[in-house]
Amino acid sequence: MPSPGTTTAQADPPAPVVRLPRRRGIEFALVVVAVLLSLYGYCDVGLARTGSVPPGAVGHGAGLGALALLAHLAVRLRAPCADPLLLPIAVLLNGLGLVLIHRLDLETPADRAAPTQLVWSTLGVGLFIAVVMLLRDHRVLQRYTYVSVVAALALLVLPIFFPSVNGARIWIRVAGFSIQPGEFAKVMLALFFAGYLAANRTALAYTGRRLWLLQLPTGRVLGPILTVWLLSVGVLVLERDLGTSLLFFGLFVILLYVATGRTGWIAVGLLLAACGAFAVGWLEPHVHSRVEDWLHPFASIEAGRGPNQLAQSLFAFAAGGFLGTGLGLGHSVLIGFAVKSDFILATAGEELGLAGLSAIFLLYGLLVERGIRAGLSVRDPFGRLLAVGLASIVALQVFVIAGGVTGLIPLTGMAMPFLAQGGSSVVTNWIIVALLIRLSDSARRRAEEEPHEKPDDGQDGRQDGGQDGGRRGGQLGEQHRELHGGQRGDRPREQQEERRPDQHRGRAGDRHRGRHGRPRGEPYGEPRGERHGEEAAP
Amino acid sequence: MTGNGRPMTRYIRHSAAFCALLLLALLVNAARVQVVRAGTYDGNPANRRSAIARYGQPRGDILVGGGAVTGSRDSGGRLRYERSYRNGPLYAPVTGFASQMYGTAFLEEAADGVLAGTDPLLSPFPLLPLWNDFIRARDPGGNVETTLHAKAQRAAYSGLGARRGAVAALEPSTGRVLALVSTPSYDPGELSGTGPSVARAWARLNGAADRPMLNRAVRQTYPPGSTFKVVTAAAALDSGVVRDVDEPTGSPDPYRLPGSSTSLTNEVGGCEDASLRYAFQWSCNTVFAGLGVDVGPARMRATAAGFGFNDATLRIPFAVSPSTFDARTDKAQLALSSIGQYNTRATPLQMAMVAAAVANGGSVRTPHLVERMTTADGDTVLATGQRTLRQAMNPGTAVRLRELMRDVVERGTGTNAAIPGATVGGKSGTAQHGIHNSGTPYAWFVAWAQAEGAMEPAVAVAVVIEHAAADRGDISGGGDAAPVARAVMKAVLDR
Repeated sequence: MPSPGTTTAQADPPAPVVRLPRRRGIEFALVVVAVLLSLYGYCDVGLARTGSVPPGAVGHGAGLGALALLAHLAVRLRAPCADPLLLPIAVLLNGLGLVLIHRLDLETPADRAAPTQLVWSTLGVGLFIAVVMLLRDHRVLQRYTYVSVVAALALLVLPIFFPSVNGARIWIRVAGFSIQPGEFAKVMLALFFAGYLAANRTALAYTGRRLWLLQLPTGRVLGPILTVWLLSVGVLVLERDLGTSLLFFGLFVILLYVATGRTGWIAVGLLLAACGAFAVGWLEPHVHSRVEDWLHPFASIEAGRGPNQLAQSLFAFAAGGFLGTGLGLGHSVLIGFAVKSDFILATAGEELGLAGLSAIFLLYGLLVERGIRAGLSVRDPFGRLLAVGLASIVALQVFVIAGGVTGLIPLTGMAMPFLAQGGSSVVTNWIIVALLIRLSDSARRRAEEEPHEKPDDGQDGRQDGGQDGGRRGGQLGEQHRELHGGQRGDRPREQQEERRPDQHRGRAGDRHRGRHGRPRGEPYGEPRGERHGEEAAP
Repeated sequence: MTGNGRPMTRYIRHSAAFCALLLLALLVNAARVQVVRAGTYDGNPANRRSAIARYGQPRGDILVGGGAVTGSRDSGGRLRYERSYRNGPLYAPVTGFASQMYGTAFLEEAADGVLAGTDPLLSPFPLLPLWNDFIRARDPGGNVETTLHAKAQRAAYSGLGARRGAVAALEPSTGRVLALVSTPSYDPGELSGTGPSVARAWARLNGAADRPMLNRAVRQTYPPGSTFKVVTAAAALDSGVVRDVDEPTGSPDPYRLPGSSTSLTNEVGGCEDASLRYAFQWSCNTVFAGLGVDVGPARMRATAAGFGFNDATLRIPFAVSPSTFDARTDKAQLALSSIGQYNTRATPLQMAMVAAAVANGGSVRTPHLVERMTTADGDTVLATGQRTLRQAMNPGTAVRLRELMRDVVERGTGTNAAIPGATVGGKSGTAQHGIHNSGTPYAWFVAWAQAEGAMEPAVAVAVVIEHAAADRGDISGGGDAAPVARAVMKAVLDR
């Protein structure tokens, strides 16, 4: 069996491998590079500002290196088969974030954020290590599906009882620290969605009425999506947090689609999102003004009130050009409020230029890609959904805030993962990376531990084109046996699914096993809209 | 195969494609903002980055006689280096101001590229014009060396004292500006930097009744009064209306303006049928009004233009308000115009050019204030050469006019301008203004001086004093303005 991380090997017949390379050495080397890059950035700021290497450079580098090394050791010890890119990317982004915040601290000596951010980063790495060490199998988390959603809702509702800060009720203050519970709620909700959808995806995959090219979901299972939609709108209205609401909703739609494959969900989701966004955009002045700013970023200049934050942000990006001004030499501090948090990317854009900004985007892209890759290689539906969900959180978050500060979409307050000032966000993202490491590790480790399945898998792979009709029939027959064999559902579900050679039949099988019974008047094994279309054509 | 055999693989791939699409959108948009639209955003007037870069390094200095009259102080603020001025009020009409809040004026504006370090001339690689853009560097501010004569400038400033007025002095043979003073003046250093004190100073200076920020030497035009008779005399001599300065001109006293019932009179006697010499020496309005009409509007206008009137393009290097001589009028108005009244208006610098033309054999050198511009290291990047603006009159006419002007100083209305041991020529003037000439007259004096043994006059000067505290009519030019002119010329000759 080829490495689960490489799809390029699809065409080749898989060579039998006794033990997969674990690639810890690669990870170590990349972590060292990430730490050195961060240290270089730190020194570069000092050189640009004062002409000398800052005195704290050695300590800074040593601290960062020690943290990264501890995280690496934890991975080496407890997740030896994990993807070797995840940790270095997290270290580099976190290190770069610290450099950018430190650099902005030089402009605002009265308000230093880097030390606090370092404390939070340490805490984040600590939690990362804890998750990697203590969570031996991600499937344990599936047990806490409903605990997660209760916790997520509690975390989301909590800030409503605290005073609003800068127009948004998303903070709570505990012992001098500002915490954004919504950040933690993201992981909780991803857990809940993954658990809920893994358990119910068969039922949700039933098609209801067909409208043109779309298979609409049945009314009965429309309930959950409406609930989540109402929840996200509630978050939006009660907390005035457009970004989080958008993130939750996007996450749910993506996972719902991945779990069921129903384009109808996407259509319904987009429709509901559009309605919600339109209504809120009209009714809520806070959101309405954001949309206005997006459409006319320079309106405040023309009105003689000077540039607003978005205009200043665009100025900063423009000042960066191709290669940037160099660290410590830009003027992104003109953005003013939230320059270290929501607008941190403007500093990166101005001082590192389009080249640096693209590199940062690609790092995020790589992080998301590795997360989705883990989702592809892990075997159980819960794990797959969880990996995709966590990766989507990062992707959506990056898109929403990066698109916002560069004027691509209306600006919504949200933290750039790892880069932005904000303890809750950093800690959450370290937990996300820890979970992805755990998922990628279990995907590989189980491939290692179950070598006897390899020839079987390999055969499946070659037959993936669907040429081997005979075998296909055989598999179908097996499923019939399963079906008629009565309650054989005591087998773990993921094992059943592992043996399913291709998704078409896999989905058909799900349907048969579904507890909600067979859809009315629907021939089993033919759930896909395309096939309906083909049948209807002649 | 690893993936396809498992549930949801296809949909996971779709979601990955969706994320890739989001990434692509971000990258394309970043390129749009940072490259395609960057020029527009950089050029937005609300974008403070250009101002920050501009004030991020010390500004080059303006030099007078080899010494800097400006400086830079590090404010430590965002617009970091603020302009400071030594003897600010003395040199304000030359330097202008360089304010973080209100921009620049005069030399600070005209030579801004060099002073701020943005002028491509300063680049060590002039053949690589985009080099600085590429490495995001800015050359250190260059210096601007002026033609000013420090002692003459001080003499003019102290000579005017608390009175409102202006002085312009030129080196006739080159057009170098030796003194440029306007009073009351102000300290341009008050406008440097940011903050409420700067805003208060700006409001106070702009609101002040005596307009201290008005550069009277180049930006204010006055009726030149009798000093304009130099131009009229030149036109009369050049055109042949007067062939001999000692020949009676046959003009009546009082002179009835053609086509009107108004008569022109003189402050002094003996003007009836006076010679040009007498009329010039004692400033007979009647004679010159008649000469102007005799010369005719076209010729008068051509001669005035030869001296630099009606020229809106003069820059020294900052713009000088055009002096005007309006000849498209009837004869009565032409008569008044020819004695420096009616629509005739001149800046003090223009009248200094008139005196300089007489002193320089009839040719007018373009006045200029900048000797050369250098890099911060002192390498010359630009030197101002001498340029002849135009021939205002025949050299022979100039010789006769010098004689007439010398008479004024030796035994006419300008005796106050005499300098022992030097040849001085001058012409006083008192300009009426206001409705029905009700305003206190402006006292004028234009002059040139030649040191004993020198080949040519070294200085030409024009002085105007507003609201001169005298009511002696024509004499006030010689009484109030001539001593100032004398002090300036003496300062130059004493070098």
